[in-house]
Amino acid sequence: MRTTLRFLRKGKVVELDRFEPTTTLLDYLRLQERSTGTKEGCNEGDCGACTVALGRLRDGKLVYEPVNSCILMLGQIDGCELVTVEDLEGPDGLHPVQQALVELHGSQCGFCTPGFVMSLFTLYHANTPGLTRQDVNTWLAGNLCRCTGYRPIVDAALDACSAGLNDAFAARAAETEVKLAELHDAQDMRVGDHERFFFAPCSFQSLLETYGKHPDATLLSGATDVGLWVTKDLRDLPKIIYLGRVAGLSTCYEDEQGIRLGAGASYTVAEEFLKSIDPDLDVVISRIGSKQVRASGTVGGNIANGSPIGDMPPMLIALGAEIELQSNRGRRTLPLESFFLDYGKQDIAEGEVLTSISVPRLGEDEQFRAYKISKRFDQDISAVMAAFCLSVKGGVVKSARIAFGGMAGIPKRASGAEAALVGAALHDRDSWKLALSAIENDFSPLSDMRASASYRRDVACGLLEKALVEIAAKSSQHTRVHGQRELDTGGAHVS
Amino acid sequence: MSADLLEKTKKRSSSSQVVGKPLKHDSAQKHVSGKATYVDDIIEPHGTLHVAPGYAVDAVCGRITKVDLSAVREAPGVVAVLDASDIPGVNDCSPVAGDDPVLATDRIVFHSQLIFLVVAETRLQARKAARLAQIEVENETPVLSIADALKAEQTVLPDYEFRRGSPEQIIERSERRLKTRLVMGGQEHFYLEGQVAFAFPGEDGDMLVQSSTQHPTEVQHTVAKVLGLDDGAVTVEVRRMGGAFGGKEAQANQWAALAALAAHATGRPCKCRLDRDDDMILTGKRHDFMVDLAAGYDGSGKVEAVQIELNSRCGCSADLSLGINDRAMFHSDNSYYYPQVLIRSKRLKTNTVSNTAFRGFGGPQGMLSCERLMDGIAIRLGLDPLDVRKANFYREGANTTPYGQSVDEYDVLAKLVDQLEGSSDYRARRKAVEAFNAENTVLKKGIALTPVKFGIAFTLTHLNQAGALLHLYRDGSVHLNHGGTEMGQGLYQKVAQIAATEMGVSLSKVKITATNTSKVANTSPTAASSGADLNGMATAIACREIVGRLKTFAAGHFEVSEEDITLRDDQMLIGGKPKTSIKALAQLAYEHRIQMSSSGFYKTPEIVWDRAQVKGHPFLYYAYGASCSEVVIDTLTGEMKVERVDVLHDVGTSLNPALDIGQIEGGFVQGMGWLTTEELWFDEAGHLKTHAPSTYKIPTASDIPEIFNVALYESEGNPAPTIYRSKAVGEPPLMLPISVFCAINDAISSLNKGVLPKLDAPATPEAILKAVKAIKAGEGA
Repeated sequence: MRTTLRFLRKGKVVELDRFEPTTTLLDYLRLQERSTGTKEGCNEGDCGACTVALGRLRDGKLVYEPVNSCILMLGQIDGCELVTVEDLEGPDGLHPVQQALVELHGSQCGFCTPGFVMSLFTLYHANTPGLTRQDVNTWLAGNLCRCTGYRPIVDAALDACSAGLNDAFAARAAETEVKLAELHDAQDMRVGDHERFFFAPCSFQSLLETYGKHPDATLLSGATDVGLWVTKDLRDLPKIIYLGRVAGLSTCYEDEQGIRLGAGASYTVAEEFLKSIDPDLDVVISRIGSKQVRASGTVGGNIANGSPIGDMPPMLIALGAEIELQSNRGRRTLPLESFFLDYGKQDIAEGEVLTSISVPRLGEDEQFRAYKISKRFDQDISAVMAAFCLSVKGGVVKSARIAFGGMAGIPKRASGAEAALVGAALHDRDSWKLALSAIENDFSPLSDMRASASYRRDVACGLLEKALVEIAAKSSQHTRVHGQRELDTGGAHVS
Repeated sequence: MSADLLEKTKKRSSSSQVVGKPLKHDSAQKHVSGKATYVDDIIEPHGTLHVAPGYAVDAVCGRITKVDLSAVREAPGVVAVLDASDIPGVNDCSPVAGDDPVLATDRIVFHSQLIFLVVAETRLQARKAARLAQIEVENETPVLSIADALKAEQTVLPDYEFRRGSPEQIIERSERRLKTRLVMGGQEHFYLEGQVAFAFPGEDGDMLVQSSTQHPTEVQHTVAKVLGLDDGAVTVEVRRMGGAFGGKEAQANQWAALAALAAHATGRPCKCRLDRDDDMILTGKRHDFMVDLAAGYDGSGKVEAVQIELNSRCGCSADLSLGINDRAMFHSDNSYYYPQVLIRSKRLKTNTVSNTAFRGFGGPQGMLSCERLMDGIAIRLGLDPLDVRKANFYREGANTTPYGQSVDEYDVLAKLVDQLEGSSDYRARRKAVEAFNAENTVLKKGIALTPVKFGIAFTLTHLNQAGALLHLYRDGSVHLNHGGTEMGQGLYQKVAQIAATEMGVSLSKVKITATNTSKVANTSPTAASSGADLNGMATAIACREIVGRLKTFAAGHFEVSEEDITLRDDQMLIGGKPKTSIKALAQLAYEHRIQMSSSGFYKTPEIVWDRAQVKGHPFLYYAYGASCSEVVIDTLTGEMKVERVDVLHDVGTSLNPALDIGQIEGGFVQGMGWLTTEELWFDEAGHLKTHAPSTYKIPTASDIPEIFNVALYESEGNPAPTIYRSKAVGEPPLMLPISVFCAINDAISSLNKGVLPKLDAPATPEAILKAVKAIKAGEGA
């Protein structure tokens, strides 16, 4: 057992033996380290002003990812390199992304700028060949700017991040990789005492053991939700068990049956696997939260929290995903849809941990469509999230799995519409009517700040129609205002 | 003075002149490296305490029956808990009317109205303690909406109207008439840096406040008033704000007052920085409006008479609602001549947070109203809306506004719109849009080209004044200070460019310094787009004063004529030939006891406005612009995408084209947010539920159009005597994206020609789908 937090900072290992379990990384930077370059804009991971970069080893290679330091708990950076806006300028001057922002007038009030700089730093290190404006927009979705209108920032990104790697961080990457590898011990880390602690187990066994002893502890995965309990609800969470270091918990792989996602896999990692099932998964996942949120947030966390507005569960339910839960008492699997019992209530017992999600591939006759409807295109919680998996033979729907988010207290299937759709012919719009009217009765959605109940109902119906139109025409070219799923149509993936 | 200054300006060679160059923001390097210091970044002296605001969690409106703060006082780290009885001076932080208590006493009139404050060792302790209060309020039924307030006949200020002729009769008698209603939402500022103030107590009760405010003088006065001090005992300083947009014009006062009150009570430095959710709940927004429009028009779409009833939600107090609603009226004509007209304004009082200034200051709401009118007339007549707009433009013989000021630059408006029509390829694209719509059932496209004419000057005439303070040091460097504040718009840089040009020194020799009430006093807010117009001119005047003294001295000393002396490129030139450096000249002048400091004072000429008589010339000039937007909507979901935008905007002779383009693009996107994704949503009880960026959606990078062409109109210079013949640029671009809203309207109207879509703002997916459903059912607005 290690009793200190260790991370790499400006080339040196920092070791901390005392901090409150819910100290955020941002508070550490601004109040303890007194590095005030990193700003607090919203304190909930939505504006990106607090963005910093974390360097981590992935398959032995150094990868920089942007994270929202305002909702990241300090203990989560164990074993990482922490890079902030103050670190980029070298003896030769500004970093290329900083210089490009200066040259192209990318800052006005400047308050969001350090966050943009750090997001761009990670984009720079992603070293993406053929970087497009759309790639940049997606990468920057988690950074809000109220002054510039983004055009000069995006131009700066295209300018600075298309020229290949040539900065001090790239030059010393090998050295950094060695230092990070040295920090990766196989020891559990605990800072604090038995009453108040931040515990980061390394093994599954140790996780279950400690959780068994402290069933009142809070399991922390990406902190993109739990972080807000701390910063907004001001909850005291004296016992934190962090899942990010548990060996194997984040592992994903694919086999004949489909894809198995470790519950601790971040969206960024999971996306790489899931997009091979259907392009719509990629389209939707790239709009979940932001780059920062997807780098921290996990698919498992999104499920285990039982949020009625998560975007993954409807898609996974439509695909027929199963989950695995484990505790000291053993393991069990169940279909994802049975996990959600009622608003805020999941089928999970004391001491039980969600360990993996198994997602089957689409059958030969199956057609999948997913749509995320929100006020704003990027980084917005859905008003309605819909996923359709239709089995079609000879132009006739044989069976359907349709799941919605935002329409009920839990992610829920549209059973009436599913039944009514069986036998519908794709070429005959009249045969869709039954299902289009059945969906009206499948849900009793609520009105809130995201949408009214009647809009939600209209959209549910509209999306079913859209899915049928697209599947019938084998095209989404003139059915989507943003992009299309046929990557080869017209030679370009317009988004 | 100013005309004289300009004549001299014109004569000056422009080659080495710093003014007009597309220089970077003065703080750009500091912004990108995290070195730019905002109020919360100032190093905290040992012993600094933190302030959190305290309010009732749920109550909206009613008499306060119980305030039990014992748990708050006992919470860890708490040093003091203060309420209204601890205020030594006057319990008010309003800008004008005296109707905004710093802390409520007997009753609250909107949700979250402050009742107490907590002062604690850490900010987290203060925030946690504030939630422990036990407060009970005898709940009354609040008046929340515009409709509620109209019914209750509650206003914060008297009604006001502009009238020419008898439009009511003309409209009634007209063969063609349009009557419609438009509802438009408000807007949260969402400056990235939230409200913050840091108060440092001094000796004799003096107070120094570092505040994120557009109006340091008003913060100074408010702090003095609340603490019962003379204004002279309070100094307010602001180096920069992390955005403001009007939200820190009047509503930075309260947080400075709280910090100062806490510092006064504890004798320790106290900082008050609001958490984002508190910021969004506790501070006012852009006014939402419900507008009733009526017009009579001829077969070509030319209006004969117009009646516009502007009803706005002001919230619980007057704040700046007088000027805001007046400006909505001043812009209800936008660029159009109304032969007969009635514009009436009601300033409604509701039990919601007091709405306040926001970039455009009512102008956008007035302008959107008349653009709805133009669209309506065009749709009814089956004409291209651009043709109807052009038919109604101010023109020769028809150039008097409803408030009596004549529009002299109507030719600029016409030329600018013609140019944009050509460069955006409007006519061909309109045909392409029609072809697309004929082929598509799910998606529909729309296009619109709309103009902007925005009046420049504070309509409260006395605010049109500014001061500057300049020092030339003996090493040839210059200290620049003026009353304008830097909120990201690049004012400091523009004014520094003016100072460098006037003083003949290189820009690097001009030291930009923080706005400070002890250097330049009695300043106006940096608002109404006037920052560069006013402070630039005051600075030029101060520079002229110093340069004049130097020239007089040098003429005597070197026995040449004053006219032969020029200061340029850090040199003194005599007869065009370098004689000596400005550094050497300054040293010499010092030795000869020449004063090398000067203040400069400027008041805008020509403007007069008699509000009571509705008579005068409230604006010095108008700024013009136009934009063309193309959108695509999804008729199944209401989703929308802006595909292309072309902008042409008139900044006169630009002081700095790069900064001006930045204002235009930024203003466009901010205005687009107001009209599309940004929705303020209150629940039935009166709680704002969109109080964080998770629920309130300002544009992100992907919302800007793939094709976004922004150009400056090739101006012959502002005909009005402004600094270097420039035009103000802060607010006017915010109204350019009205073309986005009109293009959405156009796309919806393609579903049922001849019917005016029932589209309200913001045009969220839900609002669009609602209008789509209605128009498919044959219902129009």
